[in-house]
Amino acid sequence: MDVQPLHAAVHKSRDARQRQTLPRLSPAERDALIKKFHPDHRQAAYRPIAFGPNKGDLTVHELASILEGDSSIPDDLPLVPDHVVDVLVVGGGGAGCAAALHAHGQGADVLLATKLRLGDSNSVMAQGGIQVAVAPNDSPVQHFLDTLKGGHMKNDHQLLKTMVEEGPSIAKWLLELGVLFDRDPDGNLHVKKGGGSTRERLLTCSDYTGLEIMRVLKDEMLNQRIQLLEFAAAMELLSDDQGACTGAVLKDLDNKRFVVVAAKTVILATGGIGRLHIQGFPTSNHYGATGDGLALAYRIGAPVTQIDTFQYHPSGGVYPEQLVGQLVTEGIRSEGGHLVNAKGDRFVNELDTRDVVSSSIIRECEEGRGVRTATGRVGVWLDTPLLEVESGKGTLEKHFPAMVRQYERYGVDIRADPVLIYPTLHYQNGGVKIDVNGETPVKNLWVAGETSGGLHGRNRLMGNSLLDLMVFGKRSGLAAAARGQTIVQGRLTLNHLQRFRADAKQHGVTHQMVSPMVLPAYTRQ
Amino acid sequence: MATESSDKDNAVRQEDALQPEMVTVEIAGKPFRVPAGITLMKSLWYTGHDVTRGAGCLGGFCGACATYYRTKDDPKVKTCLACSRAVEDGMSFSFAPPFPARKATYDLNQIQDHKQALFELYPEAPLCRNCNACTEACPQNIDVREGVWKAVFGDFQAVSETFMDCVMCGLCAPVCIADIAPSLVAVYASRAYGVREMAKPPGLFDRIKAIEEGQYHDDWNRVLRMTDEELQEIGEC
Repeated sequence: MDVQPLHAAVHKSRDARQRQTLPRLSPAERDALIKKFHPDHRQAAYRPIAFGPNKGDLTVHELASILEGDSSIPDDLPLVPDHVVDVLVVGGGGAGCAAALHAHGQGADVLLATKLRLGDSNSVMAQGGIQVAVAPNDSPVQHFLDTLKGGHMKNDHQLLKTMVEEGPSIAKWLLELGVLFDRDPDGNLHVKKGGGSTRERLLTCSDYTGLEIMRVLKDEMLNQRIQLLEFAAAMELLSDDQGACTGAVLKDLDNKRFVVVAAKTVILATGGIGRLHIQGFPTSNHYGATGDGLALAYRIGAPVTQIDTFQYHPSGGVYPEQLVGQLVTEGIRSEGGHLVNAKGDRFVNELDTRDVVSSSIIRECEEGRGVRTATGRVGVWLDTPLLEVESGKGTLEKHFPAMVRQYERYGVDIRADPVLIYPTLHYQNGGVKIDVNGETPVKNLWVAGETSGGLHGRNRLMGNSLLDLMVFGKRSGLAAAARGQTIVQGRLTLNHLQRFRADAKQHGVTHQMVSPMVLPAYTRQ
Repeated sequence: MATESSDKDNAVRQEDALQPEMVTVEIAGKPFRVPAGITLMKSLWYTGHDVTRGAGCLGGFCGACATYYRTKDDPKVKTCLACSRAVEDGMSFSFAPPFPARKATYDLNQIQDHKQALFELYPEAPLCRNCNACTEACPQNIDVREGVWKAVFGDFQAVSETFMDCVMCGLCAPVCIADIAPSLVAVYASRAYGVREMAKPPGLFDRIKAIEEGQYHDDWNRVLRMTDEELQEIGEC
């Protein structure tokens, strides 16, 4: 059965819906909804971590297995360095590029290793924008308060203050590199409102914000001739006798050889975990989002924080089948797009936070008001044609060219018909514990971007990820470069790995999976 | 993902869903049977191919899966992103290999005349012979040839608008008989436009100054001393 005949309910109720305002939920209502329907509250999906720095803490099975995973590196691997650098950056997305560029700018000898190509990342897909408090009626303090509420008050205050205060200077840095943020007629940066924000605060490059930023950062990485190793996955970190980080063992995915990097400092910027398909969810994430940095950091002794909470983005594709799990930009809701159930009714204030909106979609579907597709999937409508009705013909093509293209490929015209969506696994709210400079409790090891934790609390606001990447990428890069000037290269050992293996054995954990996973096992055997 | 629903009006017959229609495709010259309608990328995994080079964001934004394909009985070889196109019966396809196009390196702040510099950085850019192969090769439907000419004529703003959809897949470069790499020319022109031609947004600089001058100190002092309950209450600052 095709979905087209089911569009009628959406078209029919549009006029009535335009006159309707749905209030945002009270804190108590939000909590009740989330507890009942958000995947973070499905207890069967969780188990305690068996050993290591977060022994006993709860996380999802998929992540616990990665953290407890064994290394693919033998204890006695000869550690003769192939590269000797001041700063090794692992990961080629937004945080990795920001870190490498800033460290390089301080005169450090930088090597960036990534398991795919430079820029293949979640960052490149970010469509909604980057939150920076630049509007006259806005302030960093307001940005702080909005983010804190979005994160259910669980955000690390110091990390959050650091991020919001550095937002404007990051916007300046990106402009100076040539990033083309949308402008108002008076020359000021155009700002849009994102879910959970009380002010217009999203800087955008139409719906290609991440792509535009990454095109520029990649180009600058190459202009600066920063050393790059592509298709080189980090398999294990290295440590000295005191347990400080001293480099990493990479694996060249083309010739399968190990590559030993001696580095005074290491910055992990390996991104998220979507490809672990937690609780069986489809994901909006890129091919390499397998939580590698979490496993590497955990094995060398860095604790993780808030890893029991994940973001399920409200609008993942459901139909056509080729778009399952892929992100449908939140921008549609920012601009007034309605969410509509199979009966043609709205059921949530579309600009509530992502966890609230996702929970409400799951509620509609579980209570039988979802729309079924021929492949047995279920979702609710996102009324895209409403934007053309309200803001004039051509609005979608002008503001959402990427999304128009995304659906056009499969013969769906989002200007004429609504699209079906359901929450998709989008973001890891927690991660490795860091300080305001991105450094972990393991000396000389930094973590930046989605791999780090604490900043976003239990729910990240739209547009705060790109800002996180840039701010903490920058701070990590600067701090690591500065440290590199004051220390000598430490010894390369796998002592921490021997300790980790002994710890696993002592806790009776055997037959672990091997982590990092590097790439998901999609190949049918 | 939830697949259960008690809404009988929308119920589907699961047996239909579980038995997909199969089609024949040719991957790098070998025939395979795959379920109809899956993406080219998924058909690679379905047929037992390990994919390392050739997959990236899987969402149509990174250009890693640039692919050549041909549909049944059509001599025309087209291009697509393997993550964003569905298989059809009789389709033939292969990943495009990485192409060693030359990228010029530059410091946008040191360049004297950013429009003239295009001809030093990419001297091949004005040699376009108008064959339009680049435009035909673009999986994003960008008018690439027009964009290259706009760069050559110095209309860098138009270049930045034309190429906003560009995922840097690089499929425009191998087909160019003048050895132009249009996506690289476009990145230069677009960045140069941003750095050298766009006005500075005054509001942003005012905000940076306000932060540096400590205008928010009092607000911070007040807010950072609040309990969670108080923070929840104040809402607006």
